[in-house]
Amino acid sequence: MEQNTFHSVTLMPDACKGCISCMKRCPTEAIRVRGGKATIISERCIDCGECIRICPSHAKRAVTDGYEQLERFRWKIALPAPSFYGQFSGIDDINYILTGLKHIGFDDVFEVSRAAEIVSLFSRKSLAMLKDTMTGPVISSACPAVVRLIKIRFPALCANVLPINEPIHIAAQLAKQEAMQKTGLKEEEIGVFFITPCPAKVTSAKYPVGSERTYIDGTLSATDTYMKMLSALKNIKEPENLMESGIVGINWANSGGEAAGLLFDNYISADGIENVIKVLEEVEDEKLNDIDFVELNACPGGCVGGVLNVANGYVARARIKTLRKYLPLTKSKPVEQEEQNAILFWENNLEYQAIYKLDDDMAVAMDKMKQIDQIKNSLPGLDCGSCGAPTCHAFAEDVVCGLANEHDCIIRLRDRMSKSAPEVIPAPFRTNEKESEKQ
Amino acid sequence: MSEPLRYTYPVNGDDFMSAGGVSAVVKKTLRELGFDKDIIRRTAIAMYEGEINMVIHANGGVVDVEIYPDRIEVALKDTGPGIADVELAMSDGYSTAPDNVRSLGFGAGMGLPNIKKYSDEMRIETQVGVGTTVYLTIYTKPKA
Repeated sequence: MEQNTFHSVTLMPDACKGCISCMKRCPTEAIRVRGGKATIISERCIDCGECIRICPSHAKRAVTDGYEQLERFRWKIALPAPSFYGQFSGIDDINYILTGLKHIGFDDVFEVSRAAEIVSLFSRKSLAMLKDTMTGPVISSACPAVVRLIKIRFPALCANVLPINEPIHIAAQLAKQEAMQKTGLKEEEIGVFFITPCPAKVTSAKYPVGSERTYIDGTLSATDTYMKMLSALKNIKEPENLMESGIVGINWANSGGEAAGLLFDNYISADGIENVIKVLEEVEDEKLNDIDFVELNACPGGCVGGVLNVANGYVARARIKTLRKYLPLTKSKPVEQEEQNAILFWENNLEYQAIYKLDDDMAVAMDKMKQIDQIKNSLPGLDCGSCGAPTCHAFAEDVVCGLANEHDCIIRLRDRMSKSAPEVIPAPFRTNEKESEKQ
Repeated sequence: MSEPLRYTYPVNGDDFMSAGGVSAVVKKTLRELGFDKDIIRRTAIAMYEGEINMVIHANGGVVDVEIYPDRIEVALKDTGPGIADVELAMSDGYSTAPDNVRSLGFGAGMGLPNIKKYSDEMRIETQVGVGTTVYLTIYTKPKA
């Protein structure tokens, strides 16, 4: 489904000091500072959460739906991400966590890792066939921030993305089907809630990349859920046996986990958005054509590094290693063929969105580019961000597109001032030349 | 015909990690101008191969790029050792890359053949002891 306006990542203007930290960090140049506050260019935002991670004023938030949404349904199902299991200390059995979810308002649980195992199974079977249809490796579609990044920045790679729904969407569909059989309730009476580690999955839960509708009725942050669970966990004497996934599914919490589930070695996995971009550049330049599969996660360490988690991602990773120790490799039963095709595959292909294009008419675009180059050459090249754009190049683009004024450059203001009123320029901003002139 | 967009980029010698940097910058420019994804990809691959050649054989050099609405022209200029036998250098798998370069996974002898493969026109000017310039052109529409 096309979506350009909804984003989980949201700015709280009252808390924002306009410090440019987020603007400098944003991997898609989606942030500008205007009037002393950060603003997000909606069509460029991929909901990666880097701005939330870096903001010293905690002025960026990932908005989720919240627990009051549970009231809308008669039967409520929690979909915990496998990374959620790494949030708790001193727990040696995932069943405690799953049982805990049933103590905080859910009637049932459906592990996302169970759906992840279905994706792993299918990927194993079909990778060779998929690879034959494309140049270069198959790229994982599990991280929605990465998929959105490819959609707006890597036109040649849209065809390489694994055309399979994210495990959360498969889990949601299966959870609803099973609950309808179990309870006899209608689909609309059953609420499926994903417990999310990150804003990107909040956005994709509402607007799936590959299909028109979502089966997820709401998202709840891992942090909120963790807080509710703490007291509930203390009251569990004997947990219910609810676990229905194994090592392959749980591993998806960590970078490299999805690829490991393919049970072959010819893959690479990269995590952290800057590393992801470097790998995608290399795939685009066909430097990695001898690789079969590329797993990419926007967050450091994979989903355990998501900004809505409580625990340090590296701690969570270690805990998950312990939790999975005595689990079977996989527990998921293969889904029926016809049913599988309906829930697994994207309905729509990934279409490139040329949001960075300067103009639909190439002659006009080239003319604009010439102006951008001209303005850029007149700028200091410090990329200081004081003008409210992340780089001098981005500023020049903004000027040409009518979104900024050429006189917004503070270094150029200094140069003008040094002629008209040199005494008001603070010492650190004076040039050496001026210093020597004064002496 | 209007004036093209002109860019000149330096390529550092002995710097394998940053090779490909020029190609990334040019990709961004072509995307913003609205070129087709296939044109962007071919330009990027051909340029990357040229950059790597300059790093391996010539201690770097300079890349000139001219962008016209109907074509992209690239000149990869170096002042390296030159190519003694161009025909031989153009054959698949022929390489004079030293062992230390091969151990990094480069030097498979596909650099020049790949530039030819991904561009529409290619021309090499070279003189032993003086240097090499590889010219390549990619047309944005099939030639009439």
